[in-house]
Amino acid sequence: MPRAQDAHERPALSPKQAWGRGIPIVKTFATAPAPHWPAPTSVRRVMLDVLIALVPGVALHVFFFGPAILVQIALATGFAVALEAAMLRARGAPLRPFLGDLSAPVTAVLFALCIPPLSPWWIALAGMTVAIALAKHAYGGLGRNLFNPAMAGYAIVLVAFPLDMTRWLAPAPLDVAPVAFLDALHAIFTGALPAPLAWDTVASATPLDIVRTLASKDLMIGEIRANPAFGDFGGKGWEWIANAYALGGFYLLWRRVIHWQVPVAVIGSVVALSVPFWLADADRHPFPLQHVFSGGLVLAAFFIATDPVTGCATPRGRLAFGAGVGVLTLVIRRWGAYPDGVAFAVLIMNCAAPLIDRYTRPRVFGHGRHA
Amino acid sequence: MALSRFHGGLRLPPQKPAAAAAVVPCPLPPELVLPLAQHAGLAAEPCVVPGQVVLRGDTVARAAAGLSAPVHASSSGVVRAIESRPLAGGDGPCIVIEPDGRDTWNRLPPLAWRDAEPAALRERVREAGIVGLGGAAFPSPAKLAASVATLIVNGAECEPHIACDEGLMRERAGDVLHGAALLARIVGAGRVVVAIEERMLEARAALATALRESGLEPIEIVPVPTIYPEGGERQLIRVLTGREVPAGGLPRDIGVLCHNVATAYAAWRAVAHGEALTSRIVSVTGAGVRAPRNVETRLGTPIGFLVGAAGGYTGDAARLVVGGPMMGAALPHDAVPIVKGANAVLVLGADDIRAQAPELPCIRCGECSRVCPAQLMPQELYAAIRAGDDTEVRALSLDACIECGCCAYVCPSQIPLVDAYRQAKRAFAEQRADRARADHARERFHARTARLEREAAERVERVAARREALAQEQAAKAAAEAAPEPEPPKTMGKSDVLAAIARAKAKKAAQGKPPEGDTE
Ligand code: SF4
Ligand code: SF4
Repeated sequence: MPRAQDAHERPALSPKQAWGRGIPIVKTFATAPAPHWPAPTSVRRVMLDVLIALVPGVALHVFFFGPAILVQIALATGFAVALEAAMLRARGAPLRPFLGDLSAPVTAVLFALCIPPLSPWWIALAGMTVAIALAKHAYGGLGRNLFNPAMAGYAIVLVAFPLDMTRWLAPAPLDVAPVAFLDALHAIFTGALPAPLAWDTVASATPLDIVRTLASKDLMIGEIRANPAFGDFGGKGWEWIANAYALGGFYLLWRRVIHWQVPVAVIGSVVALSVPFWLADADRHPFPLQHVFSGGLVLAAFFIATDPVTGCATPRGRLAFGAGVGVLTLVIRRWGAYPDGVAFAVLIMNCAAPLIDRYTRPRVFGHGRHA
Repeated sequence: MALSRFHGGLRLPPQKPAAAAAVVPCPLPPELVLPLAQHAGLAAEPCVVPGQVVLRGDTVARAAAGLSAPVHASSSGVVRAIESRPLAGGDGPCIVIEPDGRDTWNRLPPLAWRDAEPAALRERVREAGIVGLGGAAFPSPAKLAASVATLIVNGAECEPHIACDEGLMRERAGDVLHGAALLARIVGAGRVVVAIEERMLEARAALATALRESGLEPIEIVPVPTIYPEGGERQLIRVLTGREVPAGGLPRDIGVLCHNVATAYAAWRAVAHGEALTSRIVSVTGAGVRAPRNVETRLGTPIGFLVGAAGGYTGDAARLVVGGPMMGAALPHDAVPIVKGANAVLVLGADDIRAQAPELPCIRCGECSRVCPAQLMPQELYAAIRAGDDTEVRALSLDACIECGCCAYVCPSQIPLVDAYRQAKRAFAEQRADRARADHARERFHARTARLEREAAERVERVAARREALAQEQAAKAAAEAAPEPEPPKTMGKSDVLAAIARAKAKKAAQGKPPEGDTE
């Protein structure tokens, strides 16, 4: 194969010199290093794909829980972009390429999808401050952060404001009218529901909360699942949103934005770990798919654990990373203090990622096996 | 035949407008510029003087001792100058010939390839100045020295846009196959495989027909999928044999030899027709060329002139590249001659070139390692190079990088990865050279110190020996005076001195030092 002689580094005779010596030049050109073809993708394009992939999930969210989530997404995105600009300025980094890379909006949307739709506005502000200013820029900005910014932000608000984080809305199939747009705005900005509404009527515990509270009262899974909040596998509404996330995930796989190893490992490990328990005692342990379709697991499998910056870069590393997220999620759901452990599982695995990468480096061509 | 796959690679649009048209000859340019270094290894040494008349095929520069190749006049005419001219990699010494327009050949006597000794055939390949025409321009005889079991003749083009091998196989299939058989005879290969790309249907048919008509021993014609960098030697061997050339090793280590189809063709012309390597097929292509095509071009033809032979530039011409879009070198102007390794002149249009984009930080997306045919981790390699961590760079196998550019092509952050590797490799090579130089200097210093010490010691010994001799002479004289019949004292004294010197020599020899200081 031709070796690109580094013509651009050691310039050949300049056109002027050549003309001076009577060497006939027909045409001159600007040079640049190979490869010469236009780049097939960009960071912006990758992030845009993630946002596109989230559209079906958001749409179903609106369908089941009303438009409040859109307000949260707008709020979080606004805060995220403002904070990003402020932090870039503070770090003396150029605004243009970085604000355009869309990484802050991705963080914002993922965060918004994790919090209850009627959370007060300052939850988004607090979450984005942690996510963008601390988790991302304090570590050096795009590409350098150790922790997934959205999960870092979510984990902090979960710990700091536990009460607000439990006010989930009841999904539409439960015969509760979704909270209308203006009512949602009112609730988010004043922290109180407008007159006829009350938390008791619009709110509902998530299926995971229900499992938790009822299981602690020694109820059998069968009895728990008789609760109207449950659908076929997970919670009513929730399971459909999970399907929509998975659909977006397949889009990302097809666009080669994410790699198959992470979602397969996350979901595979959850199923693999819960099947034996369920087989041993189906009365006490939920059906494995219920685990998959509850909480943020599908979202995490396709959108959060797949974050390249804070995940693993090697193929085997990604399998290990995904399996770690799956197993830790189950452990926290079962024994931890929070009903859903996805965020903590991801953060814990973020810490382990560099080490996993080191020990799972692929075999270099010509070394070992086939040589 | 079951094919293997190599890791990574890219399915790139083939972009072969040049392949469709017939191969046309390039007219004779007003001057031919023949660089002395157009092959890997040492530059050739000129053996003509300005004003000398040469014929096409005359040797104008001899191969240097070591890895090198001779250069031949690519048309008949007069040597005008031996001077520095702009080349793709900076200025370099060239022989400039003004053609006389007659293009008179001076051929070597043809050899009967089935009867000639393999060594004689190999010598002919050397004499004819044949180097790897796939682009690497590695002197071919060096690769033909070892015997191997399998010869792979590589007809899979290196990169998109390049179509010179396809044109060659389609139009001169018989000569290509004879060349393959010839190379196989030189290295004693029992199995010969011609690898072509799946999409080269006409070339495949032409080869099959030519094989039937040629009466040659069986040659396998194997279509391989077009995945860049399939044309890379190591990747192709992996695909065809399922085996990997060991890191740091050569294909011959696993009994395989790989030559480009154009090299096989050139070897055949040299043996059967006595023609030295004076021309090659070059794909002149891209949106910046009016009539993209394969052009049979005399070595030394200025690129600007060659583009003229393909209809000239279009208004869109934005970048001039020798080679393909993935690995080719961009040139600042077109007054650069075609050399043996130049497989394509690619003029890209404004829409086909990478926009100047700021380099963003690595987002660790892993695309680069997904496509890396050497199975490296380009992102980590880049970080290690930036951190100046040489140990880590070596641990990540920088030397296994084939500089294919797949990683830099797909990187969403537009990081110039392959550029960094190339620079790091060069820095390592310089370090090695520096170390070798330093070692050499140190050795010379030690040798000098040792010599000086030895000489000082010898001087001391000589003085001691002379003293001893003198003392013995005096003692002998005294004895002679005392003796009743004195012998001639002078003779006696001299033999004593000789004896003393002999003793001293014996002593030095016993100490393992050569008695060389004696003559001083
Ligand atoms: S392709 Fe570029 S951004 Fe992605 S991991 Fe490789 S170097 Fe980093
Ligand atoms: S240039 Fe080197 S590191 Fe990059 S893809 Fe090719 S072999 Fe791998």
